[in-house]
Amino acid sequence: MGLDIRLPIGLMFTSIGLLMTIFGIFTANSDMYERSLGINVNLWWGIVQVVFGGWMLFSALRPQKPSKD
Amino acid sequence: MELRWIDYVILLAYTGFVVGIGFALKRYMKTSADFLTSGRSIPAWVTGLAFMSANLGALELVGMAASGAKYGIATAHFYWLGAIPAMIFLAVFMMPFYYGSKARSVPEYLKMRFDERVRALNSISFAVMTVFASGISMNLLAKLLNQLLGWNYHISLLVCAGIVLLYVLKGGLTSAIYTEVLQFFMIVLGFAPVVYLGLKDIGGYGKLKEALQGVATQPQHFALAEKGFASDAWTSTWTPILGGPAANPMGVDVFSLVFGLGFVLSFGYWCTNFLVVQRAMAAKNMTAARNTPLIAAVPKMLLPVLVILPGMIAVGLAALNKGNYELPKVPVATSAFEAGAVAFQTATAAKLPAEEVVKAVQQKVPVFSFKETEFRALVAQAEAAPLTQTQIVDGLKSSAILQNSYDDVILSLVERYCPPGLLGLAFTALLASFMSGMAGNVTAFNTVWTYDLYQAYVAPNKSDSHYAWMGRFATIAGILLSIGCAYFASRFNNAMDVVQLVFGFVNAPLFATFVLGMFWARTTGTGAFVGLLLGTGTSAVFHGLTLAVGNIVGVKGGYFAQMVGMQPVIFPSEMAQNFWLAIFAFSVCLLSTFAISLATPRTKTDEELTGLVYSLTPKLKDDPNVPWFARPGIVGLFLLACCVVLNIIFF
Repeated sequence: MGLDIRLPIGLMFTSIGLLMTIFGIFTANSDMYERSLGINVNLWWGIVQVVFGGWMLFSALRPQKPSKD
Repeated sequence: MELRWIDYVILLAYTGFVVGIGFALKRYMKTSADFLTSGRSIPAWVTGLAFMSANLGALELVGMAASGAKYGIATAHFYWLGAIPAMIFLAVFMMPFYYGSKARSVPEYLKMRFDERVRALNSISFAVMTVFASGISMNLLAKLLNQLLGWNYHISLLVCAGIVLLYVLKGGLTSAIYTEVLQFFMIVLGFAPVVYLGLKDIGGYGKLKEALQGVATQPQHFALAEKGFASDAWTSTWTPILGGPAANPMGVDVFSLVFGLGFVLSFGYWCTNFLVVQRAMAAKNMTAARNTPLIAAVPKMLLPVLVILPGMIAVGLAALNKGNYELPKVPVATSAFEAGAVAFQTATAAKLPAEEVVKAVQQKVPVFSFKETEFRALVAQAEAAPLTQTQIVDGLKSSAILQNSYDDVILSLVERYCPPGLLGLAFTALLASFMSGMAGNVTAFNTVWTYDLYQAYVAPNKSDSHYAWMGRFATIAGILLSIGCAYFASRFNNAMDVVQLVFGFVNAPLFATFVLGMFWARTTGTGAFVGLLLGTGTSAVFHGLTLAVGNIVGVKGGYFAQMVGMQPVIFPSEMAQNFWLAIFAFSVCLLSTFAISLATPRTKTDEELTGLVYSLTPKLKDDPNVPWFARPGIVGLFLLACCVVLNIIFF
């Protein structure tokens, strides 16, 4: 099918990841992280999602080999 | 649970992306095949993940965490025994016939192999089942949103159905498959941090194991079971089962587990249910179609970490009393305690011993049990001097051990560990699994309706654009019927149980028909049709003659026994009853199909059965471009070995 699914997956997780990372930076000293055992999960998990999403985007957008895929 | 703006933004972003995918796919939807079967064009890793996540609906997420708490790691049998072997069998042996026959659906394969009767039977029961399944899941979703966030039941139901309608109508099966892949990553990324935080809180898997060993010897303190087991009952997969039904919390014996779950139910679901098989049929070529279940098997094998472990973590937290965590409880109304207090007064006035008083009170108050010392103290107090109603109610309340509300286990962990932001992600993952479950059912429904019922019996020989239109119409109709079923489920809980029960009856014998049809050319249409009906009948009779310990005659079984005035056969648990039911239904279907086929003349020649039956199909040559280690047979063996290793590690 014409649309490469890695594109929407990549876009979605980079944007949600960026959002969570920024939210994590701004709430770094908030006491709401007591719930997550003192770990700023928004920051760390946001970064993980950006990396995952970026990898998906990279593999969708890099020049394709002229194979049947 | 309260959502903040950030959580809503994440939820909206996900919704935006799934609807966006639908619109982006719209221009590729030209023929009915594009819409209903994805035009057989999707790469294997995508169909593989969709194959697995079509089954990973919200019911599975909620239910597996619940079972993880109730039964511990033995729940993994539903994966390592009850899924992986069947998925490998589908890939290696069955996919060549499904994909190679060019059938567009499982019922259509049955028509090619047998005749119209078998197809009609299978397609009608399947179509009705999908609509009910998506209705049940929608009802649960709307209820959840209502309880958790106070959203209006009707609006939640209609909005979620509307979103699914929008993206399935635009992008058809491809949309549903793409969304399932998106949902898979959403679940992994949304739930992994919860599991990590839970394990870290407890102090690692070793500590969790220690805590669960303590629980296993006295599960009554946590309202998990009536009496204690050996200390490994929650932390070993096989040892407790090998000890017999009384030695494991599932209450099953090893034969019914292996044959009933591991063979009949598992192969019946993974190899014949069009909802999952449809994903593999949408693959772009034979190699991709055969690789679909194999690729799916990899995440499926690892999934217990995300779906079962949370349930075990919850029990561990409760056992260690971490941060005052308790398993979610079923609340009991004060009015029930008041009725219990009256019974308490009557019983103590009659000078009954404490054990009798407990029984009298428990008939009025639906709790798991009462703490023994505290209850005895209360009885002693009442014997010394009469207590007031309020004193008794307070006494009963403080000594009550409430029943666990297992279905809330997963949400209680999400709530405990997720700050705003991560909460939105985990919540969106749950919502995504509900919606994609609905989409999966609707896309299976519209294909079976359009090709196997409408084209076959209502309006054959129409133009393709007519069927493409019908596919879209069936999508709308399927969603509307699901909404109707959701309301039906919310009103008549019991009627819904009956409906699900009947589908269980129909599905239990199905694999016998397929296995004979695919591997024995002599199987006739009459044999398959009558065998299926007899198998289904056997399920109903078996269920009506049996009952599980602690259940009353009715929806749970025993009704035929009561009618003829005999005692129902008692099984140690409902799960054991279900496994044995499947075994009986399968065996009767297999034997009667076999016998009737021998007695009836063949209706299909060898030529007609080429490509449909194993012995009459030229052996499939492996693609020479694929290296030997990537061939389905080899990969299947390797995955099976991994599965065996997992079973040994957690033996």
